[in-house]
Amino acid sequence: MRWVSWLSIPVLLLLLVAVVQTAGSVEAPLTAAPEIPAQQRLDTAVQRLNQRFRQRWQQAGLQPVAQADDLTVFRRVSLALFGCVPALAEIRAFEQDQQPDRLDRWIVRMLRDDRFGRYFADRLARSLTGVEQGPLFIFRRDRLRDWLAQQLLADAAWGQMTRDLIAAEGLWTDQPAANFLTIARMENEELDETKLAGRTVRAFLGQRIDCAQCHDHPFDPFWKQGHFEGFAAWYCQATVSLAGVTDFDRDKSQQPVVYRIMDGGAEDKTGRVVDPNVPFHAEWLPDQGSLRTRLAAWVTHPENRRFERAIANRVWGLMAGRPLHEPVDDLPHPSDHSEPDVLDLLGTEFRTRGERLSVLIRLIALSQPFQLSSENPEQDSALLQAQEEQWAVFPLVRLRPEQVIGSLFQAGRVRAVDQNSHPLIRFQKLTSENDFIQEYGDAGEDELNAQAGTISQSLLKMNGRFTSDSAKVDLLSGPAEVLRFSTDDTAVIENSFLMCLTRRPTADEQTYFLQQLKTNRTQSVEDLFWALFNSPEFSWNH
Amino acid sequence: MEPLMMDRRGMLQRLGTAGLSFLLPGMSHGAANRRGTDRPASLIVLWMNGGMSQLETWDPHPGTLSGGEVQAISTSAKGVQISHLLPRMAEQMHECLLIRSLHSKEGDHERGAAFVRTGYNPEPTLKYPTLGSVIARQLPQASLQIPPYILLNPRIPVPEGGYLGNEWNAFRVFRPGEKVANLSSPVPDQRLQKRLAGLDVISRQFALRRPLAEQVTLQQELTQRAVTMMQSEQLAAFQLDSEPAALQDSYGRNDFGRGCLVARRLVETGVRVVEVMLPGFDTHISNHTGHITQCRILDPAMSSLLQDLRQRDLLQSVIVLCISEFGRTPRINPAEGRDHWPAWFSCVVAGGGFRSGAVLGATPDGIPGKDPPLPEDPISVPDVYATILSQLGIDGSQEVITPVGRPIRFASTSPNVRLLQQG
Repeated sequence: MRWVSWLSIPVLLLLLVAVVQTAGSVEAPLTAAPEIPAQQRLDTAVQRLNQRFRQRWQQAGLQPVAQADDLTVFRRVSLALFGCVPALAEIRAFEQDQQPDRLDRWIVRMLRDDRFGRYFADRLARSLTGVEQGPLFIFRRDRLRDWLAQQLLADAAWGQMTRDLIAAEGLWTDQPAANFLTIARMENEELDETKLAGRTVRAFLGQRIDCAQCHDHPFDPFWKQGHFEGFAAWYCQATVSLAGVTDFDRDKSQQPVVYRIMDGGAEDKTGRVVDPNVPFHAEWLPDQGSLRTRLAAWVTHPENRRFERAIANRVWGLMAGRPLHEPVDDLPHPSDHSEPDVLDLLGTEFRTRGERLSVLIRLIALSQPFQLSSENPEQDSALLQAQEEQWAVFPLVRLRPEQVIGSLFQAGRVRAVDQNSHPLIRFQKLTSENDFIQEYGDAGEDELNAQAGTISQSLLKMNGRFTSDSAKVDLLSGPAEVLRFSTDDTAVIENSFLMCLTRRPTADEQTYFLQQLKTNRTQSVEDLFWALFNSPEFSWNH
Repeated sequence: MEPLMMDRRGMLQRLGTAGLSFLLPGMSHGAANRRGTDRPASLIVLWMNGGMSQLETWDPHPGTLSGGEVQAISTSAKGVQISHLLPRMAEQMHECLLIRSLHSKEGDHERGAAFVRTGYNPEPTLKYPTLGSVIARQLPQASLQIPPYILLNPRIPVPEGGYLGNEWNAFRVFRPGEKVANLSSPVPDQRLQKRLAGLDVISRQFALRRPLAEQVTLQQELTQRAVTMMQSEQLAAFQLDSEPAALQDSYGRNDFGRGCLVARRLVETGVRVVEVMLPGFDTHISNHTGHITQCRILDPAMSSLLQDLRQRDLLQSVIVLCISEFGRTPRINPAEGRDHWPAWFSCVVAGGGFRSGAVLGATPDGIPGKDPPLPEDPISVPDVYATILSQLGIDGSQEVITPVGRPIRFASTSPNVRLLQQG
């Protein structure tokens, strides 16, 4: 057994070094968010956007509700970018920053945080590849997500990312963007061109043309039945093999590779040849390049308004939990005549500022609708409905399972759980996330659809180990730290509310829980955290 | 035509007008205790996950190119033969309708399962509800304190409620027969009451500031239902302690066997739709050996379930359906496996007024080419489902407006009387 102990010494030393290192970085004070250079400020664009919303409200005869307070907006941003509520330490640092543009500066800072890369990339990966299960799918989607995260953190242009995704060549391991294609591989090793065509148009152009396999698009006059086949044909030369994703324009007998559709039954041995085509503006197609490169250029062409409108609508949905147009991927045909709508305004700014998602994120977060309160005394359901449709009130939206467990985990700790956290805590978070989502139920591909909770989810939150773990008062837990460092019971309650709900308690809540804390403080703090975790306010964006 | 109350608008309208559907009258306690044809019908689905081979189970073709090592044995139904791997089911075939001519176009697990579980071709832009979700929604039960649709031993993450909404998803029980997870509070009742009182204080503040919008969260309803369920005596249906050891042995001491016994208990308690999954049918390698293993689990469990229901005079009111997402290829591959084969596959239906001791459809002996023909006397999955819905008293032709604005019927076809006793 002696060799075991000898071996364990360096391991222990390494662990000790890791503990010391990470502990040091955790304790590092949060630095102030950086100044934003004048040319990167978005004030004028935000004003234009707000003006457009005010016109909408006026036309609909609606009054917007009051502004939400800054902490509520901070919570929304944190949920959208990190998938969890802000840590108590972050709330304190944010509140200490008294500059008027603090929200924008904090967002810029958050956009450089690994938590943003990972969480936001996961959301985008779903829209690109769906949520099919199976080890190979999961592994490939993870590679794609890691690549997306790197691109997001580097503030890469969405146009270039899109071109990489559509036209990537090479092994799925060292060209992770190629997994947009490899995930569409069927059992017989061939790529499913129709699946890719549907996904491409939904993800990058915000339209559901899957229906055009059988009939014309119901409301967009440009997508006819034949266009689906022609669009699928752009992918006909792509293959996935051990050599990775490659295009072959000639087959083994040196015949050109063309897209064939077998619709003649058993008698049809060769099929009908369908040439690649696009439903509009064929002049955007470059003359040279592989089929996929040409398609990618057409999709992202600077004049293709569908491209910018699609991503603007999706990012709005990811920020606010509900897109501007529902469903997120079936936008109406962009009008040539009317004045620019909200998606056009967002899209133009996005295009002129390097096609960066960071621009859309900041614009949306700084806009008036995003900062409106969800509080609303309105009792008339028709009026409330009109207000919600016009974004004259911030909608209540159920949090995604990842946001619920992310918040449960974060709210049970005082400091931010991020790349600087101890490896053990990060590992614990990862396993908790997976186990929780398995039990809670994944939202699937339709993650931006409005849905209420289920009885299983209520039971899991009330009685499950995830809630108990985060509410527990033990050695290093958040509730224990709250009890330890809060100066009095009023502070205990305030800190608990800030950690879970990113707000301070109301007078009624304060009075009620102060009374509770008079007997068995430890138990009462656990019960307070339990109640906070189970409140609708915790599980809904508001 | 019924507008679907699922999107925000729907929810708000619903809250403004009608009560909540789970409060509507359904199967009363008295009705649940009734027997024979007087009892309202229920459904138990036995889902063979991964694609059950018809050739090693319900549709053997011994001695042919596609037959493999399987032998056919006679059964209690005159002229009906099934695989020798199902000897106990052979004694129960007089209770069953065997359909050998189901067919589908979906040879991928997810898409195949989506079609067979819903009766509709999968679409990327609209998720259909499973048969179970439709039944749970259309047959509300006032006296039921546990969920109306229960999935035992789940193996696939299926969003069962589809366009009907999450609230009609199946309640999933991962280890049937064991204590159901998260159903008991980790703290004593007195402390739970204290916690709930605290929760009420926080929730009230939230609701006060947004009186109408907050109701969309269904928070109060869900908490109330969770607490009711936690305290309900009906939870005993999930436990097997009171079942004789010999009966538990007969079903099989494994998750599927226990699941089938729990399913019977749940149906007796008034649950209208229960599903039990048996994973492991995706036998691309060593298909025959794989099916020996699978049938050793299925055969005792399913035959015991049918016998048990018959003895309790429940078979007239409980439909048992054994089905899979597709069948397996007539050709045996080099790894001695069979691959996915949606062109024809089998299902077995018993009880609930369905025909018994009969076979519908037939499949050819040989190995077909690339474009296999339809099986003889083809029966569609939607036909089977429309018939099940009608036996449960649900009008499958009823339309709902889905969130994308399309009106859709619960069943895409009409009931097929040939599947029924009088047919």
